Formats: sequence, structure tokens, C-alpha cells
Amino acid sequence: MATSDIEIAEHALQHHFASMDQQRETATFGMWLFLVTEIMFFGGLFCAYLVYRATYYEAFVEGSQTMNIWLGATNTAVLICSSLTMALGVRCAQTDKRKMMIVLLIITMLFGLAFLGIKAVEYHEHWTNHQFPGSNFQFPEAEAAGVNPQNVQIYFSLYWAMTGLHALHMVIGVALVAWIVIAGARGLYSADYYAPVENVGLYWHFVDLVWIYLFPLLYLISKKHGG
Amino acid sequence: MATAVQTVERETYLNNGYGLKSWLLTKDHKRIAILYLISITGMFFVGGFFAMLIRLELLTPAGDLVSSDTYNKLFTMHGISMIFFFLIPSVPAVLGNFCIPLMVGAKDLAFPRLNLATWYIFNIGAAFALVSMIWGGVDTGWTFYTPFSTTYSNTHVVGTALGVFIAGFASIFTGLNFIVTIHRMRAPGMTWTRLPLFCWSNYAASIIMVLGTPVIAITILLVALERLLHIGVFNPALGGDPLLFQHLFWFYSHPAVYIMILPGMGVISEIVTCFARKRVFGYEFVALASIAIAVLGFLVWAHHMFVAGISVYAALVFSLLSYLVAIPSAVKIFNWTATLYKGSIRYDTPMLYAFGFIGLFTIGGLTGVFLASLGVDVHVTDTYFVVAHFHYVMVGGMVLAYMAGLHFWWPKITGKMYPEGWAKLSALFVFVGFNLTFFPQFILGYMGMPRRYHAYPPEFQVLNVLSTAGASVLAVGYVLPMIYFMWSLRYGEDAGPNPWNAVGLEWMTPSPPPTHNFDETPVVTWEAYDYEHQPEQEVPVGH
Amino acid sequence: MWKNLPLFPEQASSLAAQVDGLYFFLVAVSAFFTLLIFVLVFVFAVKYRKSAHPKAEHIEGSLPLELTWTLIPLGITMIFFAWGALIYFQEARPPRGAMEVYAVGKQWMWKFEHETGQREINALHVPVNRDIKMIMSSQDVIHSFFVPAFRIKADVLPGRYTSTWFHPTKTGTYHLFCAEYCGTEHSGMIGEVVVMEPAAYQAWLANGGATGTMAANGKELFTQLGCATCHRLDTQGRGPNLMGLFGKSVQLEDGRTVRADENYIRESILNPQAKIVAGFKPIMPTFQGQVTEESLGALVSYVKSLSQPQQKAEGGAPQPAAANESN
Repeated sequence: MATSDIEIAEHALQHHFASMDQQRETATFGMWLFLVTEIMFFGGLFCAYLVYRATYYEAFVEGSQTMNIWLGATNTAVLICSSLTMALGVRCAQTDKRKMMIVLLIITMLFGLAFLGIKAVEYHEHWTNHQFPGSNFQFPEAEAAGVNPQNVQIYFSLYWAMTGLHALHMVIGVALVAWIVIAGARGLYSADYYAPVENVGLYWHFVDLVWIYLFPLLYLISKKHGG
Repeated sequence: MATAVQTVERETYLNNGYGLKSWLLTKDHKRIAILYLISITGMFFVGGFFAMLIRLELLTPAGDLVSSDTYNKLFTMHGISMIFFFLIPSVPAVLGNFCIPLMVGAKDLAFPRLNLATWYIFNIGAAFALVSMIWGGVDTGWTFYTPFSTTYSNTHVVGTALGVFIAGFASIFTGLNFIVTIHRMRAPGMTWTRLPLFCWSNYAASIIMVLGTPVIAITILLVALERLLHIGVFNPALGGDPLLFQHLFWFYSHPAVYIMILPGMGVISEIVTCFARKRVFGYEFVALASIAIAVLGFLVWAHHMFVAGISVYAALVFSLLSYLVAIPSAVKIFNWTATLYKGSIRYDTPMLYAFGFIGLFTIGGLTGVFLASLGVDVHVTDTYFVVAHFHYVMVGGMVLAYMAGLHFWWPKITGKMYPEGWAKLSALFVFVGFNLTFFPQFILGYMGMPRRYHAYPPEFQVLNVLSTAGASVLAVGYVLPMIYFMWSLRYGEDAGPNPWNAVGLEWMTPSPPPTHNFDETPVVTWEAYDYEHQPEQEVPVGH
Repeated sequence: MWKNLPLFPEQASSLAAQVDGLYFFLVAVSAFFTLLIFVLVFVFAVKYRKSAHPKAEHIEGSLPLELTWTLIPLGITMIFFAWGALIYFQEARPPRGAMEVYAVGKQWMWKFEHETGQREINALHVPVNRDIKMIMSSQDVIHSFFVPAFRIKADVLPGRYTSTWFHPTKTGTYHLFCAEYCGTEHSGMIGEVVVMEPAAYQAWLANGGATGTMAANGKELFTQLGCATCHRLDTQGRGPNLMGLFGKSVQLEDGRTVRADENYIRESILNPQAKIVAGFKPIMPTFQGQVTEESLGALVSYVKSLSQPQQKAEGGAPQPAAANESN
């Protein structure tokens, strides 16, 4: 079952490319360009967020008080660590350390699943507190705080939309890493052919970066009533 | 040049594998182009059917052919079919997919499987939209303005919105594929300044596809969510802002018109140079103009909102920028005209369509300048003046360019010539029918006839009748090519590799090309449109 | 122009002739360039057709030509821009002392209310040679107030006031269209603007079934809805004093300064938490759902009247406070 590296590489060269170099550079360029489109995709939501935060600042402050800063911070740390293990995994792929690569990628997946688990806990809490926009939305703290609950609902609409879209990307990311793990375990990657690992890594870092923007914008608007 | 009798049929991309599976699972960009051709032609006739009903209704001032609700659905579905499912994919997904790898000297696009995936994505999006249309329709206008679309409309908004959302990804990934291909897959010697202008134009359009489409994707998703969950992102009754929707919507939808026209302009460059037998005048300027249009196109979106409630200062800025974006288009028109000077001009059908494009796009573009002028726009916005303007650039411009390209590359795609006489006749029908349909609408608009009106005051009737008469002539011009193109597949004259004696890598392979495009990777040592050194050749019989 | 095939609507406002002037200039320049291109393409296509000119001459390009046909169109478009902007500035600035008419757009009709209390549906009577300012809002979706004869158009939004103004110069009856698609009967949401001689207009006003001036109605609502409890006019109450407020700058809690215009008053009634005046607590309840568009208009009109000097009307200039009709 042992296949030599050169055999792997030749097998991996697609028919319309002249060389592995061209194939790798093309794939990486494609992934970067795709990430630019993702910036524009999230960008629309960020734009709506900026407009409504400016218009309904107090309501946004109130909404963000319901966020659990500890869970959010933990998730941030989890993702940053996962990016570390991902980057190390890519490095292993580049230097032919197959076993280490698989281990690191699996740890990355576990971090990703941990993130999703913590997010699920948060979502559950918000859901049971009627903080999901729609006909069942309730925000009894609004009156005491002097804000319009409708405006708080806009905060939550954006919270669910932005974190939901991010979570969807996380799920896709975990699936992509799983695919790389399986392919890596079958010996498909080597120092001559590791582009898929690198590109999945790029995607993973991007999704991490989006969260690093989401966390302060949604959780850390203003510490009003101490915790 | 005596040849032995061929007993083995030459391998082309068309006969390399038969059966549904070989087409539905193909990775060949040329087959994918044909698949797209079938899909978008279908959507074109869907949109055309709705247009026919609209024009029939507008023959009389009273709303007597269809009910108000039905009429509102007709113009909405006409717009959605034509814009999202015909115009935006047309040249890129059909002609771009087919020609770009050939033009740069590559064996395929950078990501062939992604290319096939986009065709499926497109069809799924189209299916959502068609099912919504058949199941009752949608009546928000293709612009989906809120709060009507989110709260007040009683039609299948979510289904249609999802269809547009899904189809958008086909556009994004097609653009991504083109950009990467043009950067990374050029044959040795094919430098940026030797690229055909068709590649430059599609590159510029792809930049817009990649950067702009995601914004409308998220916007339309928010509309669907708002409708389903009754949240208030765009609904003022719940604290939302309807103008935010308009800004987000037009941020894509204005550059979208450049997605539509830039590839068409690329086609015109290819045709003018070939049928004038000389290099496009000011090649670098035409190439840069494409990029300028793409960049400036992102800066002008609020010229659709001059009366919507934006501030005076915002209006001033967007008006100024809108004038700037007109300039590169004008530069292109002048360059194409100058290309004709001292050329050696042939009147084949593609060139006739190109002449039509130059004239009609000039009119359409100039009327855009009217709309950029704040004082005039206040009067004519939301009237038939705007309808006339965009049909001049989209139909008089884009559709003519698409027809020109289809005729130009038909021999390369199919290996057959279309019948030139019928083609010229159709072009005449299109030109006459088009002008009769849409020129009266400029006058109607200035007179004050608003858009999207089912019934109208009687003084507008004469012009409406002229417009409908024109539409019936135009329809003939669209149906005839369907017939003779199909006819040519069986009975058309065999085209050689280069029936037009054109300069370009795509003309240096057989017609139809083999699956792998080139037997040997070409090495380019000549400048683009090097007609000076192109040897004379017998032009095929019948021309 | 030609009775049977008119090319443009009547010029019935002070701005119409200006807009038409710019339009015809645009038509002339466009016709020139269109003709130029058509003629050049035709002449070149014929003169250099293959049979007459078998060998093409190879010309790369010409920088001077490129610069010429870039800079000249740029210059011309800048003229269009400046001219259009000047007209737009005028359209955006209603003159002081304009007669105000409130408009409410709803699916699928126009409701008008004059400050004197006259209400109309789908018809708007105005005197000739006066500045008329429309203050408009929608009860549901976006509409647009379009009078081709005046060359004006402005979207009518839910949740906000927008305004436009015109100065009719010719008596007559002119089309009013809704110009923003609004649903089933969008093309039925039409009406007429009737421009009358001043005497005829006064007669019409007197005849009409006015139910009190808008300001008077607003004053009643002000008491009915309990506004007067906090917004006392005699002393400082729990809410800001509204005497003389309209049109002035207001300092808010968060440091911003805003102008107290129609939209500010409207927002303060419907969403009071959005802008809290400096030094006051956010205790004002919202009246969303309790006031109709008409009531809002009346309340806004009333607050405006608190800023108008209480002078006796001279020379027939109608003041909101001039109506002595008891109600």
C-alpha cells in the first residue's frame, strides 16, 4: 500500500495543469479569492450592524448585556488555539510528518467541535430566554433600561444572523478538516503535494478571524451593569 | 492539399463520449458552455413570454387583459428571469466558458469541477425561481423593495429570493474561475498585453461578480429571514430602515449592470477587429477602460436613490461619480469607431450586430447621462425613460453583443456555418423591432408615464401601441436564429478551423476543437490582433 | 406641441422650464454625439468596405486622440453635473413661508390635509403662484409623489417624513401619479393636482368641510393623549418645554446635536428612546400603534405652531393660528 511520493504527486497532477507548481499556486490563489468573496458576504451583515448600532446604541448595549462574556472569551481562546494546531498541521504536511499532521488536524477538529458545543449552550440559553427574534421575542429588561424592545430585537437579529452564519462556516470547516484527515491517513499528502491541506488551513484561519471581529462587536459593547 | 479518405472520425469534444452521463458529469469547459447555452436560452424565452404578455396588456389604456396582481407578477418575473437567469450568465457562462481557455492557450479553466458545479447551482436556483413562478408567482418587482417584499406582498417571495440567492453562487464561482485562469493558465508568451480584449473584459466583469454578488446574497437572505421570522431589519414598523435595504441592494445591482455589459463589450472588440482586419485602435486604453468601469461601477450605486430620501450631499457625490463611470464606456465606443477607419470591412452577420451595438449602446449610454443629472433625474426616474434607457443598453447593447458572439463563434463551437442570408435578415428584424419598441418609451417617460403601470391615462396610448408593434417584430428576430441555428447543426456547411480568417488562439484549433483543446501547448510570439501579418485566406463559400 | 402626439408635459411650475431647458440641452448634445457616431460608422463601413479597400492600414492608436476624447466628454459631463446640481439644490430647499400640505400615502390612495384643516383624497387643490411644501409619510409601503407637470418627484416613506415643494405657475388640472411600485393597485394610485386662482382657492377653502385646523386638532390630541402632563407649556415639566422648539438645535444626552424638524418630532412620539434630550430621563412612553399618520401630522403641526409668532394675519397670508373656526 505504500506509495512513493513521486507517484502520489504524478497521480495528483490534474490534466489541465503543466506542473505541480502551477497546480498548487492556482489552487491557493483560488482559495484566497474565495476568502475575499467571504469578506464581502459577511460584510453586508457588518454594514447593517454598524448602521443599527450607531442608530440604536443604548438598545445594543442592553442586548449585549445578555451575552456570556466568559463563554465567548473561552470560544475565542478555543479558536485561536485551533488556528495554531491547524497551522502546525499544515507545517507537518509540508515537511512530510504525516502522523503528526493527522494528530494536529484531529485536535483542530476537536477544538472546532468544542466551539460549536459552547455556542450551542449559548444559543440554548438565549432561546429559552425568548431572545430569538420573531413573534416570541421578549425583552422585559427594556423598559427599566429605557430602551425600545424593538431595537433590541434588531440587535438580536444581527447576533443570530452573524453568529449563525459563522457557525455554519465552522461546520463546513470541521467537515473540510475531516476530509483532509481521512485523505491524509490514506497517504495522499506529502512534501510534494500538500496544497489541499494548506488551502483548508487558509479557510480555517479566515473563519477564526471572523469570530475575532464578532466577539468584541457583539459581546463587548459596553460593560454597563457589572457582568 | 490532397488528403487520404478519412475512415476514422476526428476526435472532437462533441463526439468524445456519448450519452447523458458523459455530458452531465463532464469536466470539459466546452461541454459546460453548451449546457449553459441550453439553460439560459430556456430562461430567455421564459422572460420573453412574460414580456409578450406585458406588451399585449399595454396596447390599451385600461387594464383589461390580465388582473392587476397578474400584471405585477408579469413584470417582476420578466425582470428576474432576464437579469439573473439570462443576462448575467449569458456571455460569461456560454462564450466565456467556451473561449477563455482557448484564448489563453490552456487545456481547461483552472477549476473544471467547480465549473460543472456552477451549472448545477445555476439550475437549482432557476428551479426555485421557476417553481415559485408557476406556483403563483411573485410580485415585488425584481428590486424587492422593503417593506413591501418583507411584509405586504402575498406571493412567493421567499422561494424566488432563494432562487436568486443560489444562482448568485454560480456567478461568484464562475468569476473566481475566470480570474484564476487568466492569472495562472496563460500559455508561454501570452503576456497580459497580448491577451484578447475579450479576456480583459471578462476579467473585469469577474472582479465585479466576485466582489459584488456576495452582498446581494446576504441582502436577499435577510429579506427572506425577515419575511419568515418577522424580524425588523428593513421594516420601519419594527425599527428597521427601508433605505438600508436599498443601499445594500443597489451596491450589487448597479455593478451588476457592468457584469452584464462588460463581457458583451469584449465580444464587440473581438468582432470589430476581425471584420475590419486590423488591431483594435488603442488596445491598452480599451483594456484599461474595462478595469476602470469595474472599479468606478462600485462607487455609483445611490444614483438609483436620488428621490428616495438620501441627503443632498450624498446625491451630489453619486451624481458626480456617475458621470465619471460614463467616460470609459465612451472611450471604448470611440476606439471601436476608430478601428473601422482605414480598415477593410466585411459585412458578415457578427459585424452587423456589432454595428448595431455601437449605435444603440451609444444611445443607451448617453441616456444614462440624462439620469445622472440630478435635476432631470427627479423628473424621469421611475418612469418609462428609465425602462427605455436600460433596455437600450441591455438589449440594444448586451443582447446584440451576445447574438454577435454566438454567430461569430458558432462555427468554432459546432463546426458548422449558420445560413448567412437568414442571419442578416434576423439582424434586421432585431434592429428595427428593437428601436420601434423602445424609442417611444423615452418620450413616454418624459411625458410622465410611470413604470410598472398596468393601466395608464389615454394620452399615452399611441406610443404604447408603437412599442408593442415593435416588440412583435423584435420577437421574430429572436425566434428565427433559434430555428436556423438548430437547422445548421444538421444541414449547415462545414466550417474549417478559421472561417473568418481571424487572429486568436481559438482559431488555431480545429472546429469543433478536440477535448484537450491543443495538441501541443501553443507558444505565443505575436501581439494581439496581429492582422498585419495574417496571411490572406479563401473566405468560405456563401460570404 | 402637437396635440395628438405630445412630447413633453405642460410646464406648470417655476422649475419645469429649467428642467426642460437642461433636458433639451442633454438631448441636443446626445443627438450630436449619436449622429456623429452613426455617421462615422456608416461612412467608414462604406468607404472602407472590403471591395473598395482590400488592405487594412495598421494604426496602433493615438495618445492625443485618446486624451481628446476622454477630456472633452469629461468636460461636457461636468457641465451637465453642475447644471443638474443647481436645479436639485433648488428642489431640495423649499423657500421660507411656503404653504404646507401634509400628505399620507397608503395602499392605494393619497390623503391630503391642509393646515387649515381641509382634507382631500386623491385630489389636491392649491393656489397658483404660491410656494407649496408637501410633508409626506406613508402608512404602509414606499410610495412616490410624482407630478409630471411640475417636474417633481419624491418618495414617500413609512416611518419618516420626506418633503418636496413646488411653485405652480399655471392654473389647470394636472396628473398626480404614485411612482414607486406599491402593490396591486399601484397604477390606480393616481389623482390630480388642481391649481386655482387665489380667489377661487379661497372660495374652495371656505366651502370645504374643514374640521378645524391641523394645529387645533393637534392641540386637542396633545391633551387627549396626555402629552400635556409632562410637556407643560407654562413651566418646566418632566419633559422638555416645546414652546419655540421647532426649528431649533437640540442637545442630546449622548452629546449629539440635532435639529428639531418634522422627523425629530415624529420620532420622539413613536420611538422616544432614540434621542433623549440632555438633562432629561428616558421616561417618555412610546405612542406607536396609538396614533395614525393623520394624528401625527396634526401633532407635528401643533408643535410647529408653538414656534410661530402670534401675529394677526395681514394681507391674507394664511397662518395656522388664523383659523377661528370653532371646534
